[in-house]
Amino acid sequence: MIRLSYTDRYQITRLRTLVTNIFSLAAGLVVISIIFLIAGVNPLFAISEIFQGSFGSMYGFKETITKAIPLILIGAGLTLAFRAKFWNIGAEGQMLMGAIFSTWTGLTFGDALPGFAIIPLMFAAGFLGGALWGIIPAILKIRYAINEVISTLMLNYICAHILTMLIVGPWRGATRFGFPGTDNLPDAAILSVIPGSRIHYITLILALACAAILTLAIYKTRFGYEARVVGENPDAGKYAGINFFKTTLILMAVSGGLAGLAGVGEVAGIHHYLGYPASVSSGYGFTAIIVAWLAKLNPLYTVISGIFFAGILVGGDAIQISLGLPAATVEIVNGTLLIFLIMGDYFLHNKITVSFSRT
Amino acid sequence: MEEIIISTLQRAMVAGTPLLLATTGEIICERSGILNLGVEGVMALGAVTAFIVTMTTGSPWLGVLAALAAGMVISVIHAFTSVTLQANQVVSGLALTMLGLGLAGMVGKPYVGKPLTIKMEDITIPVLSDIPYIGKALFSQSPFFFMAVGLALVSWFFLQRTRLGIQIRSTGENPKATETQGVNVFLIRYMSVIIGGGFSALAGAHLSISYSKSWIEGMTAGRGWIAIALTIFALWNPGRAIWAAFLFGGIFVAQYLMQPLGISPNFLAMLPYIATLLILVLISLKDPRKLNAPAMLAAPYKRGER
Repeated sequence: MIRLSYTDRYQITRLRTLVTNIFSLAAGLVVISIIFLIAGVNPLFAISEIFQGSFGSMYGFKETITKAIPLILIGAGLTLAFRAKFWNIGAEGQMLMGAIFSTWTGLTFGDALPGFAIIPLMFAAGFLGGALWGIIPAILKIRYAINEVISTLMLNYICAHILTMLIVGPWRGATRFGFPGTDNLPDAAILSVIPGSRIHYITLILALACAAILTLAIYKTRFGYEARVVGENPDAGKYAGINFFKTTLILMAVSGGLAGLAGVGEVAGIHHYLGYPASVSSGYGFTAIIVAWLAKLNPLYTVISGIFFAGILVGGDAIQISLGLPAATVEIVNGTLLIFLIMGDYFLHNKITVSFSRT
Repeated sequence: MEEIIISTLQRAMVAGTPLLLATTGEIICERSGILNLGVEGVMALGAVTAFIVTMTTGSPWLGVLAALAAGMVISVIHAFTSVTLQANQVVSGLALTMLGLGLAGMVGKPYVGKPLTIKMEDITIPVLSDIPYIGKALFSQSPFFFMAVGLALVSWFFLQRTRLGIQIRSTGENPKATETQGVNVFLIRYMSVIIGGGFSALAGAHLSISYSKSWIEGMTAGRGWIAIALTIFALWNPGRAIWAAFLFGGIFVAQYLMQPLGISPNFLAMLPYIATLLILVLISLKDPRKLNAPAMLAAPYKRGER
């Protein structure tokens, strides 16, 4: 008879984490292959197309980096919130609020100020917008015991409608010929890109810096420690005199603020005007959740996992064109990979031994 | 005026029907201690399954059954990760939503925008439906309406008065103690998650074959998430869920009523989401202790652990 026994694994090495993650992703790809097969698509071809499309060519790679920028920014911010077990599902809304704030700043002051002044101002405004939208659920949770998953999601819908209301109404640009959307930002308010690509490098540098600073903050500062205690052992935190309200407020301001920065990058670096919510963000706020999870809630690793999932987004676009698959395919890939990643966590935390015995 | 009242009431009932179905399902699931955030995805999958099966077989009831089956099958994933693997239920539920929305989008792509010609006959209860004002709204409705109210009432009775229902509730309150009573906690939780998923899928079926008679990506429009909020609003009681869901149905309808007043349609579209937040604040202001959430909601249970 085969017996399985489970014991807790107390020491989790970095190597084991990496190996587990790779196996989880591989197992996920097998299941995705089966789904492709059922959909009548050759899975080997489809998966190789995804990675060819994203990492196989210079053009694809540049697009991958472009899409990795918002994913790293948002994903890094989410690691902080998730460490405190604050389930911020509202990065999408926080990002849009950042886009709204920075567009207003750019349109209002862009003609009067030079680039070196207006661009930092826009990033600051974007951070503020995202932070404000992020602290609402923090207040609702601490003061009114409202589940943050619900409140952040509701705020996503509310923000998307506020944005639409603005671009079809008071903010509709004269140059849009009646179509919804603001006028283009003034030249000074537009982020420059690496020639031959859409990589708005200022946001990229900002994203890498944020990931690095946040890593230091989480592991080396008192605040980072407090955020971890809030999540892992709230009772101990209370005895230790941690101010839950303040800690949650700050960490959601940072988490929302980083999403807001991502919104600035999309508007000022890619689109140059504020359009419909779905064009500002193609679900970055949700994909970033998986980015944070794959990074095992370490902001520094979101750089790698962000690029990986950006690759899936870009490759997903490529197979939509070459194989005629619907846009939803990317969601299947993301959902499946996330399921396998959390399944992998089980094997990371539990040691399973198989023993044979005769009965 | 009389006509406006009647049509508003009737439409509120229609809009509340999928909310009630999904909320009832989520209540059963959460009562067992498992938080399932996959409702939105399962609802979309139910909608697309019901639509395709109804269109190809010509029978809406086969469509309903197929949706039910699809919802139950996909929910096994969440049961497996959260019960067997004791994984994080928030993340697992989100993954289920992504997967459900993705599968629905992929499977339903050839059917987008196609109208459904097969009609599900309304059920009209004689005599009662002649009551002025409320008669037509309450007693002449689609079968889904009666199914939703019926399932909510049955679920209330089931959870409060039957042996299995009490086992589900005590599993959510204290799985360890429940297990010492000889109850299979794992089985109870699996069952509750699967039933909950089936109900969410029924809500989707209502949207695609009765409410709008078409399939389009994103047609669930956050109703699954609202159902999760309504679960809290209903204080995990299917009886309260009935009026909570129809109150929200009314808010959905209010959007269209207020449009002629010149209010921005985008502002009106925000109403259900703002109302969700406001109502949660009001509940909390009243008495947070009365929330009476299942004590072990979203806490993984590990056998043999102290």
